[in-house]
Amino acid sequence: MVDLSVDLGFLKLRNPVLAASGTFGYGLEFEPFLDLNAIGGIVVKGLYFGPREGNPPPRLVETPSGLINAIGLQGVGVEQFAKETLPRLRKYQTAVLINVCGASDEEYVEVIGYLNDQKGISAFELNISCPNVEKNGFCPALDPSSTFSLVKLAKQASRLPIIAKLSPNVTDIVEIAKAAEEGGADGISLINTILAMAVDIETQRPKLANIFGGLSGPAIKPIALRMVYQVASAVKIPVIGMGGIMTGADALEFMIVGAKAVEVGTANFVDPASTLRIVREIEDFCQTKGHDKIADLIGTLKI
Amino acid sequence: MTKDPSARIVHKQAWGDYFLFRIESPALAGGAKPGQFLMVRVSDRVYPLLRRPLSIHARASNSLEIFFQIAGQGTSLLAQKKEGDGLDILGPLGKGFDWDADIKGKLVYLVGGGRGIAPLYFLARELRTAGARVKMLYGGKSLPDLPLRQKFEKAGLDVACSTDDGTCGFHGLVTALLQKDINKQRPAALFVCGPDPMMKKTAEIAAREKIPAQFSLESMMGCGFGACWGCVKRIRKGDNGTWRKICEDGPVFSGDEIIWEKEG
Repeated sequence: MVDLSVDLGFLKLRNPVLAASGTFGYGLEFEPFLDLNAIGGIVVKGLYFGPREGNPPPRLVETPSGLINAIGLQGVGVEQFAKETLPRLRKYQTAVLINVCGASDEEYVEVIGYLNDQKGISAFELNISCPNVEKNGFCPALDPSSTFSLVKLAKQASRLPIIAKLSPNVTDIVEIAKAAEEGGADGISLINTILAMAVDIETQRPKLANIFGGLSGPAIKPIALRMVYQVASAVKIPVIGMGGIMTGADALEFMIVGAKAVEVGTANFVDPASTLRIVREIEDFCQTKGHDKIADLIGTLKI
Repeated sequence: MTKDPSARIVHKQAWGDYFLFRIESPALAGGAKPGQFLMVRVSDRVYPLLRRPLSIHARASNSLEIFFQIAGQGTSLLAQKKEGDGLDILGPLGKGFDWDADIKGKLVYLVGGGRGIAPLYFLARELRTAGARVKMLYGGKSLPDLPLRQKFEKAGLDVACSTDDGTCGFHGLVTALLQKDINKQRPAALFVCGPDPMMKKTAEIAAREKIPAQFSLESMMGCGFGACWGCVKRIRKGDNGTWRKICEDGPVFSGDEIIWEKEG
């Protein structure tokens, strides 16, 4: 029996596999495909205070081993989520994390303020890195001082742990990660999608109505892994790694470079039971290799 | 909705770049309704990455049929599968076509363009079972784009064909054939699937003639079951529209709900 539990300090997870925000709906969409209790946690789709319209279609384009999306965070607001979805998520033992969005600093605080009092939430993942809501992919996580101030503001407003979700679209990811740590983040998750585009050569038009979107999927895994390694080596707070994880082997790579847990994203579209399969593949690996505890593998990269 | 990783192709037919697979899967066939679709994995590798959404073309107790045209890399790979090959499929997904019991004895037109004919065969058979008088209008660019017409005739369905180049049936667009037929005999309802311009034109005719119409929309999809919000269409809500998911809220919508995109 392998001990798959991991301790983020502020949160103990039954296993290190979480479903990534934006790829797992509000969680209940996956009830037909897997036992939600069998995965470490669910990061629900990003929530603004009110309902949000999102971008016009086309919102998706498939590229080699990847997917570019420009959904634009369409979704229900906090009220509908708290009234309709959260009560049904509470019956699961799986950790529920909320991806918190805001069009302004004030809105992040409002979302946190509203959800602070709701039972059944383990942590907030601060979405400061969505590339699809402002012009040219702009987001707070592109700048260390915006990252610092927003994390600090969120931390002051929050009764729950704050995880800052970072963007890969920066020159120096370590500088941003340190800004989040100094701002008081309890943890860091990375990477969000890579700003990208695709063109239809017949019409000479962009394939996405938004022109730009965020690239995810196996195509981005090597970049994500490099950034997770850089950040995990530079900060003291726990790091959650993500970017193109399709298999247990992918997840183990992230853990070996220092991630305490992982989030699985695009894989959920291809195989809705991916998170569960990845838990089992990690367990099988540990059993085969004789590791009693997955935690023993974290940050064991040999150089 | 279920995932059957061990569905199996038991019969394959090909006409140029159009293909029909009969797929053995009691789990998927069980509750399937006309207008619902499947998400089919075309490769066990990561390129192409996503499943492809395909309408259910026919259903028997232990099997389903899909009918598709090669439209890109994914469907091209799918077309290479052989009888006996396994397929990893999610389904049945979405909300299908809808009709009341009083359809019995009434005349309905099923209007299909190109590969959009796929869900209408399943629908025609169910409507006929419900007692409706079914007429199918089947349009394509040219004769090779109408590979299913003999199948429909064999099934005893009343089929009228149209081709843009006049190589089969009515010479012109299927929407022109529809207008002509409506002028002769007014149907109680229209059920439509085809390319967007054809469906938009059909929606205009239906609105003008005040005939209720249902449209099965096509879209590229990320997941097929409502999680990614990638496949939206403008749907009326009060005076304005809202982006609704084709996969979960559709793929079938009624004509008066859909806000069609402007040309170009």
